[in-house]
Formats: sequence, C-alpha cells, structure tokens
Amino acid sequence: MAKRLILLSALLLVACAIYIGLGAEGAWRFLLPYRATKLASMLLVGIGLSVATVLFQTITANRILTPSVMGFDALYVMVLTVLVHVLGGVGYASLPAALLFAMNVAGMTVLGMLLFGLLQKGARGDIMRLVLTGLILGILLRSVTEFLQRMIDPAEFQMVQSVSFARFTQVEPSLLALSALVTLPALALAWGMRNRLDVLGLGDATATGLGENPKSGQAQALVLICILVAASTALVGPMSGGGGSFFGLIVTALAHVITPSERHRILLPSAALTGCIILVGGQTVMERLLDLTTPLTVVIELIGGILFLVLLVKRKRA
Amino acid sequence: MIRLSGVSHFIGGAQILHDISLDLPKGGITALIGPNGAGKSTLLSLIARLTPLKQGEITVDTLKIGGCSDRDLARVLAIMAQSTHVSARLRVRELVGFGRYPWHRGRPGPADHALIEAALERFGLLPIADRFLDEISGGQRQRAFVAMAFAQDTDYLLLDEPLNNLDIAGARGLMRLLRDMADRDDKTILIVLHDINYAAAFADRIVALKNGRIAATGAPDQVISDTLLRDVFDTDAKISRIDGRPFVMV
Amino acid sequence: MPVSLSGFLTDPDSQQVLIVSRLPRTLAALLAGAALAVTGQIMQILARNRFVEPMTAGAGQSAALGILIASVVFPASAIWAKMGVSALTTLIGSAGLLLLIRPLPPTQPLLVPLVALVYGGVIGAVVTFFAYQGDMMQFLGSWLTGELSGVLQGRYELLWGAAAAAGVTWLIADRITVLSLGENAARGLGLNVALVSGLGLAAISVTTAMVVVTLGAIPFVGLVIPNIIARRMGDNLRRALPVAALSGAGLVLVGDMLGRTLRAPFEIPVASLVGIAGAVVFLALLYSEPRRG
Repeated sequence: MAKRLILLSALLLVACAIYIGLGAEGAWRFLLPYRATKLASMLLVGIGLSVATVLFQTITANRILTPSVMGFDALYVMVLTVLVHVLGGVGYASLPAALLFAMNVAGMTVLGMLLFGLLQKGARGDIMRLVLTGLILGILLRSVTEFLQRMIDPAEFQMVQSVSFARFTQVEPSLLALSALVTLPALALAWGMRNRLDVLGLGDATATGLGENPKSGQAQALVLICILVAASTALVGPMSGGGGSFFGLIVTALAHVITPSERHRILLPSAALTGCIILVGGQTVMERLLDLTTPLTVVIELIGGILFLVLLVKRKRA
Repeated sequence: MIRLSGVSHFIGGAQILHDISLDLPKGGITALIGPNGAGKSTLLSLIARLTPLKQGEITVDTLKIGGCSDRDLARVLAIMAQSTHVSARLRVRELVGFGRYPWHRGRPGPADHALIEAALERFGLLPIADRFLDEISGGQRQRAFVAMAFAQDTDYLLLDEPLNNLDIAGARGLMRLLRDMADRDDKTILIVLHDINYAAAFADRIVALKNGRIAATGAPDQVISDTLLRDVFDTDAKISRIDGRPFVMV
Repeated sequence: MPVSLSGFLTDPDSQQVLIVSRLPRTLAALLAGAALAVTGQIMQILARNRFVEPMTAGAGQSAALGILIASVVFPASAIWAKMGVSALTTLIGSAGLLLLIRPLPPTQPLLVPLVALVYGGVIGAVVTFFAYQGDMMQFLGSWLTGELSGVLQGRYELLWGAAAAAGVTWLIADRITVLSLGENAARGLGLNVALVSGLGLAAISVTTAMVVVTLGAIPFVGLVIPNIIARRMGDNLRRALPVAALSGAGLVLVGDMLGRTLRAPFEIPVASLVGIAGAVVFLALLYSEPRRG
C-alpha cells in the first residue's frame, strides 16, 4: 500500500511538472506565478473534494453517494444567494471576504446537517431512495437559487457573481489564500479522525459498541465536509449542475481500486492524490494537448455519469 | 452486575417497555426470550446504549448508562448487534482487530496484536483470517463478530438474536462458544434468543418478557413450563424433558 | 406594455399586443403544458415506472443535442429541418433509455428514475461539451431552461404540432393502457407490442423535440401531473389523458403568469418555477409511496 501511495505521489509530481513546463514560451516571470496559482487551486480543490467525498461515503455507508450528488454545492450557492438577497448586493460586497465566507459556511453547515438528518431519518437504509432524494433536492436547490437570483436586481447579481465565483482559468490569489486557510485545517482535522472513521465505517451499532458515538462522529465529519465543499465551491464555482458532480465518485472508485483498503490512513491520501492527478492531468490534456475550450468539469461529468450508471446497474445485478 | 430500575420506553405513542426493574448478577448466560414485539431487543439496545435511555436508570457495574463516556463503557461492555452487515470490505483479521480499538484508539501495540491473534485462534478463524467478510459463510461471519467482541476484553457481552440466518451447525457452534466464554473466561453474557430450546440448552438464567413487562425470571427448568408457553407465547406446545432439560416439542 | 381589458376593444395598439404577443404566449403555454403532461403519462407506461418523464430522462437533453448538431452542421437550415433532426435524436435517446432500464429488476422501483436522471445528465454533459466546442453556450441556456418570454406570433406555431402528436396518442390510448399490464400479458391479449411501443415513443420524441425547439425544456410537468391523475382516477388512459392534458396546460399557464408578474418587468423562466413546484411534489410522492420490495 505504502508503495502505491509513493507511486501516486510521483505520478502527481510528474503531472504538476508537465502542467507548469509544457508549452511555456516567453517570460517565465509572468508565466510562472500565473500557472502556479492555477495549479495550487487545482490541488486545493482536488484534495478538498476528494477528502469530503471519502468522509461522506463513510458516514453514509455507501460508495455511490457524493456531497455534490446530494446537492451540497448547490446548497452553498443557495446560501450565498440568500445572503445577497438579505444584505443587498452593495452590503454584501462591502463586508470583508473572510466574514462572508464564514457566514456562508455556517449557513451551509446548519442546512447541511438538517438535510442530512432528514435524509437519514426518511430514507432509513434505503440507499436508492436516499440517492434519488439527493438528486431531486439538488434540482430543487438549483431551481430555488435560480429563482432567487432572478428576484435580485440583475445588475446587483452580476456584481455578486463576479466576486463570488471564479474558474480554474482565473483564480484570485486572495481567494486562493482564504480558501487554503480554511481547507488546510479542515484537512488536518479529517486526518486526525482517520482511526475513528475506520470504526464509524463498521456501522452505527458496532461503532457504539467500540465506544465511538456515531452521532457525534457523523456530525463532526459533516461539518468538515461542508467546510471543504464550501471552500472548493468558493474557489472554482459549483462543480455540479454545470458539470462535474461526479468528480468525487470517480476519485473514490479509482482510489478503492488503486489501494484496496478500507483504512482511512490509506484511503484519504490515496483519494486526495488520485483527485489531484485527475484534475491536473486532465487539465493538462484538455488545455495543452487537445487544445479544447470545454472545461474539464464537463468531461468529468460525462465520464462520472457513465461510471455512476455502471455502478448502479452492477450493484443491483450482484 | 447490570441493574435496571424503573426503565420504560416509548416508540411513537406506543409504550414498548413498562417500568422494568431487573438485576442481572455477574457471570453466566442470561437469555431474554418472549414473543415478537415483547420488547426484548429494545431492552437490550437500551442496556447497550444503542437506543437512548429516556426513563429509568441502568447501571453496568459502576457505570451509569447515559452518564458515562462511551469509551469507558466500551471497555466493560461489548455488543453484537442484530445486523452484522458491514458496508466496508474488511478482512476477518481487520474486523477482529477493531475489538482492540477502545483500548488503543487507533494505535495498536504488540500486546494488542497478540490478543487479536489469540482471539482468531480461539474461535478457529486463523485459516480464514485473510479472507474478506463477504467471502465467508454466515456462520463464520457471526463467529468473527464474536471474536471481535472477545478481543474487546470486556466483562459483559450483549448479543441481539445472533442465531438469525444460521443453520443448526452454525447456531449450535456459536452457542457453544458463548458457553465456553462464560465458563472459562467468566464473561457475563446477555443474549436475545428467539428459540426457547436454545435458551433452555445453553442459558443459566432466563428472563421472559411479554408486552413490555417481565413475565418470569429464573433458571430454565423453573421458568419453562406449560403455563409460560400458554401465558407468554400463546401456544399450547408440549414440554418434555430430555437429560433433565426442558424441551419444547414444536 | 400596459394593456387593459377595455383597451382591447377600442385601442388598436392594445389589439396588436393581444394578437401578436399575449394570445400566442397563452396558447403556447397551454399547448406545451398539455403535450408535456400527455407524453409524461405515456413515458411512464412505456418505462413501467411512475417516477420518469421525458424532460429529465434524456429526451429533453437529446432534443437539445439534435438542435445543436443541426445548428453546427447545417447552420442555414430552416427551423423545421432542425426540428426533424432534433426529433430523431430524441427518438434515439428515449429508445436508448428504455433499453437501458429494461434489464433492471422490477423489485427496485427507484432504480429506474435514478438511472434515467443520470442518463439525462450524461447526455446533458455531451451537449455541454459540444456547445463549448462550437461556441454555442449562450444558445444552450435557452434550450435547457424553458421560458415563454420570446413567444410571439409566428414563433410558436410548431407547438400545434406537438399538441397534435400528443393528441394522436389518445387514439391508441386503449392499446397503451393494455401495455401497462406488462409485455407478456399485452402480447397474450393480441397486442402488437412493438408497434404500439414504437408509436408511443415516436409521439414522445416529436412532442419533446418541438417543445424544446420552441420554448426550451420544462421539467416535471410530465412527472407530477400523471402521478396525481393516476392516484385520483387510475391508469385508464382514454379517460386520464384528456384530464392530464388540461391539468398540464393549466400548470404551465399559471407558472408563466407567476413568472411574469412576480418581479415585473423582469421575467422568471417558467421552467424555474415549475421546477421548484415539481421537485417538491416529486419528493412528496417519493415519501408517500408505500415501500415495495
């Protein structure tokens, strides 16, 4: 296992080197900071979303759910829109970015916990119902967001959108710093939970018997998930809807194949590395080799959707 | 000793348990029996803190359920839930290894590894220790879970209908292992059983529940009688005695 | 432009607004709503599942794909030609879904809508991919989010075709009802299963394509209306289809009116409003449905 993790790290390093170096013409002085910022944001998002997905799959005890499929990043955008609605565009833009982000994450965490609690209660072990509910909730959240956005003055909304979301192609360094400031501690906490997550993965009753309260573990993991998803979404925009809601799904499915272990001390780094390789490698291929204008997330959505179908259908035949 | 006093429980509007008070002394196997819906599993899961206790008091030795830390309790009391389905793909040795978690919290030492190997050997799991849980038979899986509880090294062990879905060889084998743990290791075992005959054959003490109340407690040959079958189980099956043990003719 | 009821009788400008804009818009809402509800009901029988509808199950996305292909390959072609290509891709897309869900076990009723939604998402991703490559992203929004603000005289008449295609299904309503008994039972009753399924699929495809071409995708109408009607009056299509058509027409009309008035002079697309209402009803249906299997 350790060998494979080292191999993955080496692969990621190569991907990063190619991304920075390939097709570099002209002044390095300008190119390097630009590409380095982009690379850093991809790594941050790749690690953050992969770890969030692993946590989510552990606390929901299944392998086909991801926070994005359940509409968590749609939730982030909705909270953002509601904040703009309440504060007004000017009021929103005048608040410090860190405070705004904290408010977004807090609102999202509260709603996310509520959503998760309701889902657990309503769907009680019925995974199909849970996933379907999540997909429909995602559609609902996006429709509500769209509705609210139309209710905001279009000019105001335009302004909010431009300060709230960026793409991999144009990442604000200040936003990157803020996102890193939030993501890194959350990652450290997730890593600290690795042994408890192993036990939580055994199911509620067994975990309780081993002295690990599932409720508090799930709540802590959920807060981390919300923070990680919020930080990624703030950095590069929602991965779902516009594409890429299956990113986490691809990552964990691959990580389970590459490092077949349920131990989170293996699974977490393995998923994080895999996620980064997909983002950096995929972006390099799309942008430099194929010269495509389509965002990587669209391709991820396509491949991930097919993978999701395969997993669903295979699961039922087995 | 496990001591319950004034324990009641409601699900929705329905009262599942009515003011149960009960002392279970240390040592031996106690079987909880009763018809479907009598509240056996609810009672067990309250003691195991799988269901939050709302009314009444339960203590395990000096630890009060709901008032002590999960971790302290996990060193005194092990549980084997009704559903032993694990979504994670684990090997038998990994599962048994989790039994040591309450003691090392994720950092197993050499002593832990020795105990895990001992548990694997004791329960005859060494030949399949590196197989995945979904590759072994139901009986082997139940044995692996009992081995995990054994590795947890607690005085008390709670099991909720562990014989479900086991064939006769698996069911007997599991009960004999439990009997052996009670006799050799002085474990106190509380077990919910469906089949009175298994209770009669392996338990030292029987607690019969009906409609959320205790209908009878005592040694098997005192408790199992025509009256019990008629009043508690609503059936007129005959009881005969084989080797001095009561046996319900079904 | 502000118009009043009395103005229509006297003021020629108001009459002009009525004929060029208001009347076509109202008709478009009614026609599209009726057609969507009817095709939703047919789709549910063909897929033998209550939780699917064409717009979210790949048909809507396939229709958009067709227009995209037509616009890129034959940019100069007439709207009806694009429509034709779109209907063809919709037919392929819907047939693909039916093939995909055919082997799924009937004991898992929720698996079918799940597969259908993701299938729709996959086709949607293909559409987005080519839209980016063909620099057509701004058009894409108008196909994927249905709204009626652009409806004027001369720009909505295709919807009469959609309604007609949906109307044709009423003629074979009895046969489609028999199909709901299951393929073998239907064959046992002497039904030409392939023909009837094919006709139903064709009606779904033509209708969906026409609605997407003229207005854009409007989700959930085809899901919510047939579910409510089936609960009230069962699955006898000859009786249910007209009610479905009327209810669908009413739903889209009310949705459009709300979208127009809630934040005038800005408009909220009817698809967003119907999407919110439809998703809520879908969730309610999902949890009121007794658990099976």
